[in-house]
Amino acid sequence: MLILTCPCCGVTAEETEFHGGGEAHITRFGPGSSEDDFHGYLFEKVNPKGVHFERWRHNNGCGKWFHAARCTVTLEVFGTYSAQTTEPPQDIKDKISAKRPGWSWREFA
Amino acid sequence: MKRYSAFAVAREALRNHMGWERAWASPEPKKKYDVIIIGAGGHGLATAYYLGKNFGITNVAVLEKGWLGGGNTGRNTTIIRSNYLQDPSAAMYEKSRSLYETLSQDLNYNIMYSPRGVIMLAQTEHEVRGYKRTAHANALQGVTTEFISPQRVKEIVPIINLDGPRYPVLGGLWQARAGTARHDAVAWGFARACSDMGMDIIQKCEVTGISREGGRVTGVTTNRGDIACDKLGIVVAGHSGHLADMAGFRLPIESVSLQALVSEPIKPCMDCVVMANTVHGYMSQSDKGEMVIGGGTDGYNNYTQRGAFHHIEETVRALVETFPMISRLKMLRQWGGIVDVTGDRSPILSKTPVEGVFINCGWGTGGFKATPGSGWGFAELMAKGHSPLCNEFGLNRFKEGRFIDESVAAGVAH
Repeated sequence: MLILTCPCCGVTAEETEFHGGGEAHITRFGPGSSEDDFHGYLFEKVNPKGVHFERWRHNNGCGKWFHAARCTVTLEVFGTYSAQTTEPPQDIKDKISAKRPGWSWREFA
Repeated sequence: MKRYSAFAVAREALRNHMGWERAWASPEPKKKYDVIIIGAGGHGLATAYYLGKNFGITNVAVLEKGWLGGGNTGRNTTIIRSNYLQDPSAAMYEKSRSLYETLSQDLNYNIMYSPRGVIMLAQTEHEVRGYKRTAHANALQGVTTEFISPQRVKEIVPIINLDGPRYPVLGGLWQARAGTARHDAVAWGFARACSDMGMDIIQKCEVTGISREGGRVTGVTTNRGDIACDKLGIVVAGHSGHLADMAGFRLPIESVSLQALVSEPIKPCMDCVVMANTVHGYMSQSDKGEMVIGGGTDGYNNYTQRGAFHHIEETVRALVETFPMISRLKMLRQWGGIVDVTGDRSPILSKTPVEGVFINCGWGTGGFKATPGSGWGFAELMAKGHSPLCNEFGLNRFKEGRFIDESVAAGVAH
């Protein structure tokens, strides 16, 4: 069972208070983009075995969206951070590097 | 291979069962094979079996990182049915169900196929309309199903409560020739038949890399050395994304944990399978007497083979209203398997961007029932480059917008 801390309201709770929103940091392609870009945006998931970045919503709490860095094998949560960003903050990346040296996820490492 | 028969049982009974041989060999890997299948679960072994049986390709290795049938093959709730809405799915699952009918005889291995019937309960008006539509579609597809009344449901399942306040039973989609089979035996039976054809089943052999040359596969790197091959079939369910990453492409797949649980064994009380999709639970009684209950998938990607606790409560809470007698049952075991879910909830049986690499994945929450059909079609695809059964399940359907939208048909786990 996941224990997450909402960075918006500061509440720490277990997973039934939240709702997973899938992969984070996806570049959105719309009309005018190439078919490959649009297909990649819609369907090609990272689906990693290990470090993963996700969108979550505190839907039984403050209702706001945020991001979480998590391990899909051990369910360890490395940290949560604001959704108003295009890449994980450095302190989260440092925490992951300390526990999972050599990790990479899409263009981040 | 010595055949199993009533005579063999009698013969062995007279000589203290000293004459039984190992069901399959455990050879060391050779340097090269015509075909390597990654994953010795039901689908991988079925693929190898039909490669040999239908196409005479027997220089085949099946590599397995753990033990044979130890993944989702040994973790599912063993339900077999083919009452799907879309034509490509109905064709695939009905082929599979029909192969199950005679699989014990084909393999000379008792897989305990039990066509005990499956009811999918309609508990909302929406479901009533949906299942009537499916019954009509099935009639056109040649799949025998019918929409039955609540009274008929009660006759078939006496322990059911039709008048639940939240989830009344308004009818059901009944497939009489659907049922269950012994999941381990399916894997073991295929493994024994493959081994008998001279194929190598290599357990505890984890693939760590896929070698390519000029866009073509040349072999795999494993913890037991490099093995070369002409064609490679990836049949690894939850780990499909992981293997595709090694081969250098991405899949429209997300891996989540799906869980099941069984109760303590009780006397026979329900001789069919009941699925209640609105409340997201399904139940059957095993030959040992345990009530086998399928639960829900986790709401986030993971590889834990465990499943979130609160789903147990959700599933059991809902089933208790429909089956009041199970409120007194103790649950014995709970486990999870990693299922590979695609955007349209339909599988992928396809060539890939790497020449010579084929992938069979995306069966999501309903792969066991498809085991022989999937092997049949995928073997044809690997041997001939195309298969009528697999045509619609290509990887390119996502780009081309040709979804096989079964999430609408089944709604939940299937």
